[in-house]
Amino acid sequence: MAKVVIMGAGVSGHTASTFLRKWLEDEHEVVVVTPNSKWNWIPSNIWVGVGEMTKEEVTFDLAPVYEKAGITYKQAKAVSINPNGGKDEEKPYITIEYTDPSKEGESENVTYDYLINATGPKLNFGATEGLGPDGGHTVSVCTADHATHANQELQKCIERMKKGEELKFLIGTGHGMCTCQGAAFEYIFNIDHTLREAGVRDKATLTWISNESFLGDFGIGGLHIKRGGYAASSKLFAESIYAERDVGWIIGAHVNKVEEGKAHYELLDGTMGVEEFDFSMLIPPFAGVGLKAYDKDGTDITDQMFAPNGLMKVDADYTPKAYEEWKASDWPATYQTPSHKNIFSIGIAFAPPHLISKPMKSPNGTPINPTPPRTGMPSAMIGKAVAQSITDMINGAPEPTHTARMSEMGAACVASTGKGIFNGTAAALTVFPVVPDFEKYPGLGRDLDYTFGEIGLAGHWIKNILHYMFIWKAKLKPGWALIPE
Amino acid sequence: MAAVNENQSSHVKHIEPYTPEFETMVPTGIVKFLRTCVLWQIVRFIAINIKMTIVILKSHH
Repeated sequence: MAKVVIMGAGVSGHTASTFLRKWLEDEHEVVVVTPNSKWNWIPSNIWVGVGEMTKEEVTFDLAPVYEKAGITYKQAKAVSINPNGGKDEEKPYITIEYTDPSKEGESENVTYDYLINATGPKLNFGATEGLGPDGGHTVSVCTADHATHANQELQKCIERMKKGEELKFLIGTGHGMCTCQGAAFEYIFNIDHTLREAGVRDKATLTWISNESFLGDFGIGGLHIKRGGYAASSKLFAESIYAERDVGWIIGAHVNKVEEGKAHYELLDGTMGVEEFDFSMLIPPFAGVGLKAYDKDGTDITDQMFAPNGLMKVDADYTPKAYEEWKASDWPATYQTPSHKNIFSIGIAFAPPHLISKPMKSPNGTPINPTPPRTGMPSAMIGKAVAQSITDMINGAPEPTHTARMSEMGAACVASTGKGIFNGTAAALTVFPVVPDFEKYPGLGRDLDYTFGEIGLAGHWIKNILHYMFIWKAKLKPGWALIPE
Repeated sequence: MAAVNENQSSHVKHIEPYTPEFETMVPTGIVKFLRTCVLWQIVRFIAINIKMTIVILKSHH
């Protein structure tokens, strides 16, 4: 009998745990440890942030779903890993602290035969002074609760504009090393759409601020889309929608401090600036959740298993190298940790070998460059591949049997630019592969036959359908396993 | 005084010469119309879903 423990119940962890339970015989145990009581379909938080959806429409309780599936569910946060056992325990284990109100603060050691780290990101608002909704001066759409608060503040602004005030909106990334530019892109254009619907768009100045060196980088170094016989850079299309919707932009920016109504930033050329705002949503940078690792005798081995950013090392090539020497093969394939064959790390929790976008610094030495995004589709595919590998290993395979390298997989993304069944739009795009492979696709790095994008009502219909479809899948309703990641 | 060409200009009249917005491409009126033309978008809905399905299938190893 084997016991598989999955830390985390986001897109990646939930996919892994539910497929493991589906594929493993009943004698094997699947355990999910997550501090959250609810699952959140994060892509729709954008719509919560503009009042088009409620928190209840983007979340559901995990306990009944896991009970129905036969998954042991512990509402707790993992604080440390003992991959070689401990003084009083031969088997490897994790230490958890319960967040379940009935056991809050209680500690427990949970042994495992296989461990998946799917803990996702720590929303590192603390990396920028004054950033974030808790004690800071900006709102957030990273969680359903944050997005609910963001909408409350947005609605106050709309009321002020209806009374004739002119207000400034600043949306983007709140640090030089953020990812998730796509989410901020969706939010600024949904705000634009909402303000137009409210009849107050003429009272608003919308400004984008991000760490991208060019609009349309999105953390993946941009992409090229065929149009009119040309392969056009995403820079052209991104600038086009900003220009069309009268959204100004500041790029190559590291926001280093936020005060009431002001964001201070440094640009790639080393100059400093201040942008005033009445409403601001800035994405925080991500870090690992802060897991520690200890050897059997209690020695701290955290830096052996984790990168300095707190993300877990896997089968990637972490050799420091210049951008010109990066290869597609640097990226992990099996997500197995090099030190322990029974530990895997998936989704945002694994440490990328390097950025996807080109590293850039200001003359002051400040890194200002997007970090690699791990969006829903790749995260889910990685989770499923690891679940398949672990299932096969439990059944006798000596090594992982499935791979999901981001330089060999594509991603389909739908970025909403306004909700409305007949007047909404979204940018529907695919990129293949996610991480460009300049050896296989010299020049542009991607397969132009499978990289495409367009804006329209169809994209919005797709995004709407995906909302209901992926929540259906996550709730393990009939046919859930047939819905592709 | 020349009449304003609303068809071409209504969605771009906020753009000022020699600004970043002036130096990029903006959609023509027909492109904007087609984005929310239900009949055309039904065709695009089918096409996009086919393309996405192919990419999803190509991505699973």
